[in-house]
Amino acid sequence: MTTARRVCVRVNGQSHEALVDPRMTLADFLRHELRLTATHVGCEHGVCGVCNVLLDGRAVRSCLTLAVQVDGREIRTVEGLAQGGKLHALQEAFREEHGLQCGFCTGGFMLAVCELLENNPHPSEAEILDTVGGQICRCTGYRAILRAVHNAVARVGAATE
Amino acid sequence: MKSAPFDYAIPNSLGEALEILAKNDPDEVKILAGGQSLMPLLNMRLARPELLLDLGGIADLDYIRETEAGVAIGAMTTKRAVEISELIRSQHPLFLESTLAIGHPPIRNRGTVGGSMVQADPASEYPAVALALGAEFSVVGPAGERTIAAEDFFLTYLTTSLEPGEILTEVRIPRLPEGSGWAFQELARRHGDFAIVGAIVVLALEADVIVDPRIVIFGAADRAIRIPEAEALLTGARIADEVFDEVSARVAAAIEDPLADTHASEEYRRELAGVLSGRALREAAERVGS
Repeated sequence: MTTARRVCVRVNGQSHEALVDPRMTLADFLRHELRLTATHVGCEHGVCGVCNVLLDGRAVRSCLTLAVQVDGREIRTVEGLAQGGKLHALQEAFREEHGLQCGFCTGGFMLAVCELLENNPHPSEAEILDTVGGQICRCTGYRAILRAVHNAVARVGAATE
Repeated sequence: MKSAPFDYAIPNSLGEALEILAKNDPDEVKILAGGQSLMPLLNMRLARPELLLDLGGIADLDYIRETEAGVAIGAMTTKRAVEISELIRSQHPLFLESTLAIGHPPIRNRGTVGGSMVQADPASEYPAVALALGAEFSVVGPAGERTIAAEDFFLTYLTTSLEPGEILTEVRIPRLPEGSGWAFQELARRHGDFAIVGAIVVLALEADVIVDPRIVIFGAADRAIRIPEAEALLTGARIADEVFDEVSARVAAAIEDPLADTHASEEYRRELAGVLSGRALREAAERVGS
């Protein structure tokens, strides 16, 4: 038997403490223990990007991170994007540009782009493609997603000027 | 939950980590750095260690420092830290370009310099760039500290000359001599994927002839390899298309037993090694002296 470990973590501003099995991924911890099911699980080996979360402000694959590794850290999930009942600029942009069809991958895209825009409100086309290219969407063909990202860049730009 | 059960240790110091390694059967311990290769292996149960030893608690393995010869990078430094480092951006363009070819931002946010080196994937960018630049590796173990040159570090598929019980602590990368030409070329199905084949060229000019060339091919053999016979052909030659054609043909011919898989056949990989080294030679020649 392996030894469970205590983990204290802030998720979307709220503190949580739990005993976890070392092999539990952060994705499973968020979904099964905290019931935050907006973090989706796809390939479970880092390729598809639907499980992205922000770890201390940086996008990471929660399927390639263990829950025991985030002790003392700060996590943001898709549930943390909207504030006070108001959608995040990225959510508005994806809605306006129809940047999703089935929606399974959408949260992962938004968190990857969220990190990009928070560190760099005026990204180059190459930086946008590098970010979007790390995510897999099997519905849209990516054009609508790229339109949504450009829409979000314009919204964030307008908000910071 | 995908992995088989394991215990987890997160020591705060290298000394403590070495003690844990010494106390356990080395075959039953896996060292966790950034986890971007190890976690998939665990999730797919291709690796089933009894103990996962996380180096993430050792703060003094995360640094990028300028040295007289170049740069010293702590083994737990993330690729993202490399990518945004002013020192790397201003003085190590080849290392920067190879970093940007690895995965995507969420992978580079976690994946470490030391982890990629020790993983020693034959199609991975870092072992190839370490070989091209003549990097050195500091490792510590029960017998103390030792330094391993890049040529002696990568042995074969996923295998380095690290002994059981040893930990990689630092990678030192020399600065390219001023005026050197360099180029990084790779073909992957998508940007960020492992290379099907890649080529790195470094060269310098003295009195209009090429000196100290290095040609490294990755993704084509059991590890990144230099092509000494092609380097010999290039040494003392002038920059000319005929020379580059001859050298890249020699590179292709030197790939003895290329990998073959669903992505590419042996013939295709051999052909690519020639084509990509030809492109890299021309690109490096354009950069010489600039």
